[in-house]
Amino acid sequence: MTLDTVKHAAETPDVKLPWAELGLKEDEYERVREILGRRPTGAELAMYSVMWSEHCSYKSSKVHLRQFGEKAPANDAMLVGIGENAGVVDVGQGYAVTFKVESHNHPSYVEPYQGAATGVGGIVRDIIAMGARPVAVVDPLRMGDAQHPDTKRVLPGVVAGIGGYGNCLGLPNIGGELVFDACYQGNPLVNAGAIGVMRHEDIHLAKASGPGNKVILYGARTGGDGIGGASILASETFDDSKPSKRPAVQVGDPFQEKLLIECTLEAFAEKLVVGIQDLGAAGLSCATSELASNGSGGMRVELDDVPLRDSTLTPEEILMSESQERMCAVVEPDKVARFLEICDKWDVIATVVGEVTDGDRLEIFWHGEKIVDVDPRTVAHDGPVYERPYARPSWQDALQADDANKLARPANADELREQVLKLVAAPNQAAKSWVTDQYDRFVQGNTVLAQPEDSGMIRINEETGLGVAIATDGNGRFAKLDPYKGAQLALAESYRNVAASGAKPLAVSDCLNFGSPEDPDVMWQFAEAIRGLADGCLELGTPVTGGNVSLYNQTGEAAIHPTPVVAVLGVIDDVARRTPMAFKEEGQLLYLLGETREEFGGSAWSQVIHGHLGGLPPEVDLARERLLGEILISASRDGMIDAAHDLSDGGLVQAVAESCLRGGRGARLVVPDGLDAFTFLFSESAGRAVVSVPRSEELRFTDMCGARGLPVTRIGVVDGDAVDVQGEFTLPLSELREAHEATLPGLFA
Amino acid sequence: MTARIGVVTFPGTLDDRDTQRAVRVAGAEAVPLWHKDKDLKQVDAVVLPGGFSYGDYLRAGAISRFSPVMESVIEQAKAGMPVLGICNGFQVLTETHLLPGAMLRNNHLHFICREQTLRVENAETAWTADYTAGQEIRVPLKNIDGQYTADERTLDMLEAEGRVAFRYLEGNPNGSLRDIAGITNEAGNVVGLMPHPEHAVEPLVGTGRTDGLGFFTSILKKLVNA
Amino acid sequence: MARVVVDVMLKPEILDPQGQAVQRALPRLGFEGISDVRQGKRFELEVEGPVDEAALARIHEMAETFLANTVIEDFVVKVEDEK
Repeated sequence: MTLDTVKHAAETPDVKLPWAELGLKEDEYERVREILGRRPTGAELAMYSVMWSEHCSYKSSKVHLRQFGEKAPANDAMLVGIGENAGVVDVGQGYAVTFKVESHNHPSYVEPYQGAATGVGGIVRDIIAMGARPVAVVDPLRMGDAQHPDTKRVLPGVVAGIGGYGNCLGLPNIGGELVFDACYQGNPLVNAGAIGVMRHEDIHLAKASGPGNKVILYGARTGGDGIGGASILASETFDDSKPSKRPAVQVGDPFQEKLLIECTLEAFAEKLVVGIQDLGAAGLSCATSELASNGSGGMRVELDDVPLRDSTLTPEEILMSESQERMCAVVEPDKVARFLEICDKWDVIATVVGEVTDGDRLEIFWHGEKIVDVDPRTVAHDGPVYERPYARPSWQDALQADDANKLARPANADELREQVLKLVAAPNQAAKSWVTDQYDRFVQGNTVLAQPEDSGMIRINEETGLGVAIATDGNGRFAKLDPYKGAQLALAESYRNVAASGAKPLAVSDCLNFGSPEDPDVMWQFAEAIRGLADGCLELGTPVTGGNVSLYNQTGEAAIHPTPVVAVLGVIDDVARRTPMAFKEEGQLLYLLGETREEFGGSAWSQVIHGHLGGLPPEVDLARERLLGEILISASRDGMIDAAHDLSDGGLVQAVAESCLRGGRGARLVVPDGLDAFTFLFSESAGRAVVSVPRSEELRFTDMCGARGLPVTRIGVVDGDAVDVQGEFTLPLSELREAHEATLPGLFA
Repeated sequence: MTARIGVVTFPGTLDDRDTQRAVRVAGAEAVPLWHKDKDLKQVDAVVLPGGFSYGDYLRAGAISRFSPVMESVIEQAKAGMPVLGICNGFQVLTETHLLPGAMLRNNHLHFICREQTLRVENAETAWTADYTAGQEIRVPLKNIDGQYTADERTLDMLEAEGRVAFRYLEGNPNGSLRDIAGITNEAGNVVGLMPHPEHAVEPLVGTGRTDGLGFFTSILKKLVNA
Repeated sequence: MARVVVDVMLKPEILDPQGQAVQRALPRLGFEGISDVRQGKRFELEVEGPVDEAALARIHEMAETFLANTVIEDFVVKVEDEK
């Protein structure tokens, strides 16, 4: 077998390379040849093909994602924006917070445990690569039909994987979601989010500057994980005798990752690191080309020095391997010894594999021969950009015309009661503790709030009580009915959840899960959702700091519901002022904030009772959301409310049931004038929350709402051990609890 | 004066910072100890905190048990120094045979994280003197290998000698024999338990209760009054 | 070079929840007639030099003090093959 060196490639222009098998289009391959002025070597082709893939290059989404920058609200809090490993925001007192949500959808369907586990590992490395100590994780999940046998394979595996990895890393899991819908049957969505905290001066970026600085690869050895693509190149073109398939599933080692966290943070603390990058998708190809292209010089890498787990790997495979728990640091020569010493202290393997050069080329050597000689920018940043065609789907009008407000409603109080019980027991509305009890929410000792609270909240300074809150939301049913509004509703809900806990919403990260971009219907959903989210973020004053796009989530022709998952990060000056969701104090007054309209399109009620999806989603009024948020935060800060819970899927009755069960107290509700009991209980109008007000604060609270123009309605009182709707029905808490809490264990335990 | 309480960090230890905080909240001085270091830095007591040392590979606690720091801890514990093992630390203590029995995978096979009610059965150990016998406390429990097991003779001996220090109430979370959540050695200086008192020492975080603080105030009083 | 295998099993009287879970799954998967399953660990040791009595004694000691926890586990040492 001849080594395909740069020299060899220049001499043999006509050698056929398997660019199509590696996922490149013909014009993309031609573009590579044009850039290089010759055919690429096998190793170069490996790098371009993986870095120009949809996953790494965002080639279909880029033109739309630009709106997040163009429409970004003026915001002093933003320290590092889109484009880095994760965005960074200022939360005051000298602290900065980085957070991000990513998808690990496809791997989690193939191998639920390892797919989900390595998803947690990847997002956590993104956080460390910014210089931050990870302090919490959240996991928004979308699964197929709860009754489907394959869901019994996927969900328990995913949950065990998230727990197995995250628990072993010592990161509290404080939030997330679990939604079931048949549209996710062949494409479950496993999104993983993480938050990290650092001091302003500790922010690190992925760039390799300063000629002579050393490039150090540290962490796990490189093996044959996740390089199906590279083996095509290795086996079919150059060496037919090799086993042609390497495992595409990556296996995570959380213990190694925990060591990686500690040793990286120790190196940061001693200011030993000039630039840093984690190795995720596209492995070394990505890390070297991004580090080099973001820095001032070039880079030279000796591939022979990469520590291997499998000595039969080819150079192409080493470049493409997605072995987990690896990082790449750029370190000044006189600090290398100390860096290696810290790695040794933590039993982490670290090797100098290259150095920053004063040229502008990325050069990679194997057995002394040059096998890669490229301008790193062309690999990392100048990938193709597509203006994919998009058009409003032909079926959209019919879907919106199928009005959910016309569905049969409960005929009498008994039916109403029965439907309430059915709703709170439905898999999407039922208690999620079967899942979340498998995650450690206490570790690190700073968890103030964790699921099922509206947002997860972490204390970041013990003396001052400074804290951050995070919530993630995304309603695919709403987005299917109207992707523009659906994305805004996801944003609004997440924003409201953060505010309901008493924290001020600051910034947004997103994970955009859609079907195939080659389908104009899907591309329209995607374009509309981004337009909605960017407009919404501008109006709410919360910039998008980064995120992730996951496309091709579909089975055959059937795409998933468009599912933009939106994470909102908030800050709270003193976690002692947080607002929990539990109704605990007998006699406190319950107030409904916001307006309730007949809005049932995409609602939980329409799904649970009628199996229906049609009509229009609830109206969005972001000015109202902002006002509601301000009221909730003021009321929390000034001690006017003892509990708050946002109203979203399932409407008021779901929220009241959850708050009552959480606090172990009942509620007596009165249907307000001008509303019927059904609409009062089940409507999913946006911009609403329910709060529990001490009697001593009633006047002050209602005066504040009145003065600022927020509709406020007294709907009842915390009382007894049942949820009682006057003149309609009574549901003992015990009956409600049984219905709400038995569903998931019944399905999956 | 105050007491110096060492908190050991093994590779993969997770609750070391939390335990140091609990020690400080109680008013004692927390001294970090490193697994590769035999030197116990003249501490008056040692806590082996929770986590997944060495990833729980081989068996939970099995690899840590052979670390240099444990040589000193074992020696000192035998000479009477107070040692508390929490969760993974309890697993380490059973692997060293300072405490009898062993931990198996939970009977339901899942990791479980919840608030757990315990009854303090023995309020005379170095780590429980601030409680009263029979007192019920509520602290977090979080583990996957938490099922306590030992042979019948050992269990009978533990019961007869009053060495069952804590028992699970309101439902056994993992199949532990005789609902045992924690035990003590004969002298009462070495105590191990699966639940996490260090996560219940401040009203704002964790469970929102301070039921676990008594472990750390107990040892502080004992050491300061000694 | 020789390979020595150490098999570690939970003692018969110790409950094995993982083995039981496997056993319960078998009928669902169409595998009938299995009355009990116990799950253990297998260590394959590549030994440098001859596997003589002294080497085996060291391996025995290793198994007893480290590879197995004899409070709950038994172990068996086997010499697999000589190459």
